[in-house]
Amino acid sequence: MEDFEPKIIAFLCKWCTYAGADLAGVSRLKFSPNAVPIRVMCSGRVDPSFVLDAFAKGADGVLVGGCHPGDCHYAQGNYKTLRRVKLLKMLLKDMGLEEERLRLEWISASEGNKFREVVNDMVIKIKEIGPSPLKKEESK
Amino acid sequence: MDTNSSSPRVGVFVCHCGSNIAGTVDVEKVAQEISKMEGVAYAGSYIYMCSDPGQKLMRETIEKEKLDRIVVAACSPTLHEKTFRINSKNAGLNPYQCEISNIREHCSWVHEDKAKATEKAIKITKSIVEKVKNDSSLTDIEVPITKKAVVIGGGVAGIQAALDIANGGYKTYLVERDSSIGGKMAKLSETFPTLDCSQCILTPKMVEAANHPNIELLTYSEVENVSGYLGNFKVKIKKKPTSVKWDICTGCGDCYPKCPVKVPSEFQEGLAKRTAIYTPFPQAVPNKPVIDRENCLYYQKGICKICEKICKIGAIDFEMQEEIVEVDAGAIVVATGYQEYPLQNLSDYGGGRYPNVISGLKFERLLSASGPTGGQVLRPSDGKPVKDVVFVQCAGSRDIEEHKPYCSKICCMYTAKHAMLFKHKVHDGNAYVFYIDVRTAGKDYEEFYYRTTEEDHALYTRGKVSKIFEDGDKVVVWGVDTLTGKKVEIRADLAVLATAIEPSSGIMELKQKLKVSVDENGFLKEAHPKLRPVESMTSGIFFAGAAQGPKDIPESVSQAGAAASKVLSMFSADFLHKEPLICEINEDVCSGCGICIMLCPYGALEAEITTKDNKETKRSKLNEALCQGCGTCSSACPSGAATMRNDISKNMFKMIEVILE
Repeated sequence: MEDFEPKIIAFLCKWCTYAGADLAGVSRLKFSPNAVPIRVMCSGRVDPSFVLDAFAKGADGVLVGGCHPGDCHYAQGNYKTLRRVKLLKMLLKDMGLEEERLRLEWISASEGNKFREVVNDMVIKIKEIGPSPLKKEESK
Repeated sequence: MDTNSSSPRVGVFVCHCGSNIAGTVDVEKVAQEISKMEGVAYAGSYIYMCSDPGQKLMRETIEKEKLDRIVVAACSPTLHEKTFRINSKNAGLNPYQCEISNIREHCSWVHEDKAKATEKAIKITKSIVEKVKNDSSLTDIEVPITKKAVVIGGGVAGIQAALDIANGGYKTYLVERDSSIGGKMAKLSETFPTLDCSQCILTPKMVEAANHPNIELLTYSEVENVSGYLGNFKVKIKKKPTSVKWDICTGCGDCYPKCPVKVPSEFQEGLAKRTAIYTPFPQAVPNKPVIDRENCLYYQKGICKICEKICKIGAIDFEMQEEIVEVDAGAIVVATGYQEYPLQNLSDYGGGRYPNVISGLKFERLLSASGPTGGQVLRPSDGKPVKDVVFVQCAGSRDIEEHKPYCSKICCMYTAKHAMLFKHKVHDGNAYVFYIDVRTAGKDYEEFYYRTTEEDHALYTRGKVSKIFEDGDKVVVWGVDTLTGKKVEIRADLAVLATAIEPSSGIMELKQKLKVSVDENGFLKEAHPKLRPVESMTSGIFFAGAAQGPKDIPESVSQAGAAASKVLSMFSADFLHKEPLICEINEDVCSGCGICIMLCPYGALEAEITTKDNKETKRSKLNEALCQGCGTCSSACPSGAATMRNDISKNMFKMIEVILE
């Protein structure tokens, strides 16, 4: 358990959170390397099946990053995401996955530091709860 | 569109970016690992992929290895995606079959452990290779441009931007929420570093804008809603009811002297009164009055109507309603400017409590020949001459704990100007200035400051003011001289706070309407702080002036010119090229359920009913020009009929797979 390094997939919307993560880079902020980003045009592009697929393939956590409410580049995509993530969390709970494993965050293009904090915090929390139960079953 | 039937030949180019990437990521190992992937025909690294030799190497490799698509593992796609797409196009590939793996901003710059960073760089790059393998060859969509512009904000930046666009030959709507254009600059007394009279240099521009055949002034108006996209915006503008028919009003000015209502004048910063029917200042453009309904006796109590009786031509219209006009525009310039940080927030300095503790703009009105005192420096409390004045710089600026963290930039210079002008008017007076640092970066600015201290003998003290309080009819300023370490107490007639400046009220609502971002201080966020300082992240929307950050007049004017030139270069083409990365409906799969139609924020999808063999079929139909490619439809489509070009779900599953391997 000591050397457990969570695998996290981060779906980042192109306009806000991806740019916020870019800013973290430009500002040379240091944080955990566990989250691998995938750029999507909008957080609304995050099909629930992407999240489920990630967990099925062994992700310990999934981060979805979008624009703050009211700021969505595509007007309302992030509201759709908000609803989907709420439903997904209920579904994941029924599947025996802890709520902390799926995280939706609003991170703007100017919030490089917030991106760092969210990733670090997510890594700490997932380290506490351990590897995904789906993964454990697989390895049994 | 090709279907990628033959097996792809992917080339992967890993950039060292000097030591920016190679310092933390083992670029050779990345190339080595990627070369093992199926479909990868070439993987190599180079010190600077974006350099000429780097791009040449790329083109030569494409030819030599017969590559049909490429991945560049380098910096963020916001920087060089375009460079590499053009380069691959020049090498005969389709630009949309070139993808960027961001291993700098998202990897080498944010991690320290080389092994872990390398591992992550491999994962990111693998996922992008999976993406590019399924990318189709696409062509840009041509969209016609509406060659008209909307400029929001009628201060000096907005006026300049409107004039420059109009002089370029295009219709420009200049929207201003006050009844006159002019903005903050109209309130200033003189301007640094030349001491030009502010109104004398601004009013010719105001008049030029008003008379320009290509400019339509929409004053006393606010932007209500913005829809559409680059080249084809629809801007709904609310014209607030002026209660005066401007089309027939001659601006004679007979009405307002007779109005019985007296309220503090916004233009005079509360130092004088205005009436309920008023123009903000004598040189207002347009020089037509409005009725302030909040204070007018008729609107409040149903009595009076004196102005209606006086107006010979019958221009007063108490029943006037607000009106919404919709204009089409290809581009929008946002120049909404700044406001002063509220004095009330500076309670240690008695801001808002003591009449003789005032803001910089109020002092401008005291100095101004068109001000309430005719340019005499008199105390607001009792109208007595001011002998001793204390200027407090950084009042609310550069204060991370309690106020604004940033430097408001203009205050050092305007305080130097204030002190100088005060000494010019009151020869035996004393001008004391408390400062943290004096920042005079700008042409002729240091010389101006030097003149204030050396010729006009303003007394500068390095240190912060801790407290200001009233004692009798004086204001007492307590501070410390940090150069000598001694406490300083000055009994003065007037204290002028160089208050921080912040974005104008309403910026938060406006940025939501425009879908542009602001930074943590509420200033408009540009697409790139250094290289794209007047563009927003939303194509077709540009910034000018202090709405984007504290700025003085020369900077606002030059930024306005820059924004206008961006608009003009856009308008010089007949069509805009839009990225084809949008939705696609597979008609064979679509069941016509209509979920996507409900979700689309742009109304780009609509139901189409076709009849074939006496059978009606319902399908979703896409309007390519309206679709912006967000993908919300695709992630909700139950049958997978709505897909995103070069971002199909099948890809995503492969990308997830290689990341989690």
